[in-house]
Amino acid sequence: MRAFARSYGASPLHLLALCASIALAAAAALRVADDPARLRYLAWFAGAVVLHDLVLFPLYALLDRSAAALVRRQRRPAPGSVNYVRAPALLSGLLLLVFWPVISRHSEGAYGTASGLDQSGFLGRWLLLTAALFLGSAVLYALRGRRA
Amino acid sequence: MSTARLAQDGEHGEHGEHGAGSPAPSYGFPGPLWRTLERLRPPGPLFRADLWRSPLRGPWLTSVLASVLLVGLPVLVLTGLLSYAAYEPRFPGNAFPADPGWLRLPDFSWPARPSWLYRLNQGVHVGLGLALVPVVLAKLWSVVPKLFAWPPARSFAQVLERLSLGLLVGSILFELATGVLNIQYDYVFGFDFYTGHYYGAWVFLAAFAVHVALKLPVMVTALRSRSLREELRTPLSRTEPEPPDEHGLVAPSPAAPTISRRGLLGLVAGGSAAITAVSIGETLGDAVRPTALLSPRGRSYGDGPTDFQVNRTSRAAGITPEVTGDGWRLVLKGGPTEVSLDRAQLLAMPQHTAELPIACVEGWSTVQTWTGVRLRDLAALAGLAAPSAGVVRSLEQQGAFAQATLSGAQLTAGDALLALRVNGADLSPDHGFPARVIVPAAPGVHNTKWVREIELRA
Repeated sequence: MRAFARSYGASPLHLLALCASIALAAAAALRVADDPARLRYLAWFAGAVVLHDLVLFPLYALLDRSAAALVRRQRRPAPGSVNYVRAPALLSGLLLLVFWPVISRHSEGAYGTASGLDQSGFLGRWLLLTAALFLGSAVLYALRGRRA
Repeated sequence: MSTARLAQDGEHGEHGEHGAGSPAPSYGFPGPLWRTLERLRPPGPLFRADLWRSPLRGPWLTSVLASVLLVGLPVLVLTGLLSYAAYEPRFPGNAFPADPGWLRLPDFSWPARPSWLYRLNQGVHVGLGLALVPVVLAKLWSVVPKLFAWPPARSFAQVLERLSLGLLVGSILFELATGVLNIQYDYVFGFDFYTGHYYGAWVFLAAFAVHVALKLPVMVTALRSRSLREELRTPLSRTEPEPPDEHGLVAPSPAAPTISRRGLLGLVAGGSAAITAVSIGETLGDAVRPTALLSPRGRSYGDGPTDFQVNRTSRAAGITPEVTGDGWRLVLKGGPTEVSLDRAQLLAMPQHTAELPIACVEGWSTVQTWTGVRLRDLAALAGLAAPSAGVVRSLEQQGAFAQATLSGAQLTAGDALLALRVNGADLSPDHGFPARVIVPAAPGVHNTKWVREIELRA
């Protein structure tokens, strides 16, 4: 048993649990193996990981580092002042990410078929929400400056 | 063997360069392979641990986020599977995927009471799924150094575990992406949403179960390493990195903090709250619907009796005034003789009024006051007082839900109606004139509109 654990790198139970899990996942994937859209399932599965790990994450990490660097160039940056930009930008970006299909009017056709409505209002609403978030943050920053 | 032992073994060889004083890395069989791999580190900063500078990353932070997901994600899976069951997949044509083979759920009759059952199920499924998006993103942020750790593995055990993590991350992102797109009518993925979301859930379930089994002891230990209450009282000025860890999460040379841990957790919670704030109104009802600023079902149609959410317009369904006019008949089949009724005859039958929701799989719902003939009265009229099932067919020629099979329980429920009127007015064309089905606790699309025929089964 010890020899197994040493050469495999973990206990036999580790191997059994992972094999069972991967086999169940493969069984689920096999259900769409004959589907004409099988490559699309695969592309969306793998693409979701690639887009998150190699596009979304580097993008927001880079934006965040740039914001922090900009704040550091102030004469006497107060600790944490970057968060007054970070928080509204993050919340606004999150709303844009999640509600992209209606904000960008990308799904207007199917939405119209279903509801009989158009998607004209959503971009304006998101912009107003974004304005409110940054304004709220600015007010908090100003109040903080007065208190300090 | 306990799961603690299981996890410990899984951690073998992940010590490496992180944390002074951790034991030397051990390699599985064949040793030379893993040692060679370790030497083949690609040039550049990406695969170096000191690229990661955040002083907040560490086992405790990851575990706090993980504990939220440990509660939330099983609820998502459960409500998702229940939603599939609510479509009554035992009847052909009712649910997609039609035949999941080994992955089918046990057959049971979806109850027709309480009427808000499906509304609650989908409100939770979609509302929680949306709210967990920032938590999942934060969790992935917290473990990203492990994605780029070098070597990627020091044993076959670690290769398998990384493969399984790939399935876990792939499936959660796949499920969130398809769900978020589907509730906004964006079918850019080009496959059947239900099918992809159902099988994706099984991939997720498989990978999630083994991840929890392997990591639960690590999570519990990490949660005990700091007090949440204390952490929520710690301002930026007193924020320190977590002590060096054996998992490779704590930065070896952390930058000065720019946000406290409570600040980061607050941002994640704020993200969940913001998403919820601009979407929950579509689930809670017409009074607060306008607060759902960014969800597709936050918009009002007006304040007339038939001005409520439409799922498929009569125009899109190809329903013309000619087919719904005086020539329209409801045909009841399956009894000793076929019965045909026009709208006046239906209105002359005993009318029943019930307050029932239309609750969509997409999470939105709307409760209205429906008036019409009880389905069980129609069944009795057809000569089948206790049908086992009934296929309801629409005038609509195309569309995945131009017909739906209702169970015996649904057909005989006291409030299950062939509705002719809503809120005191005749149904509008978009809401199914001349007659539509409305069944308590059924998924919205099973409330067939523009009904032409009900075929009952003994």
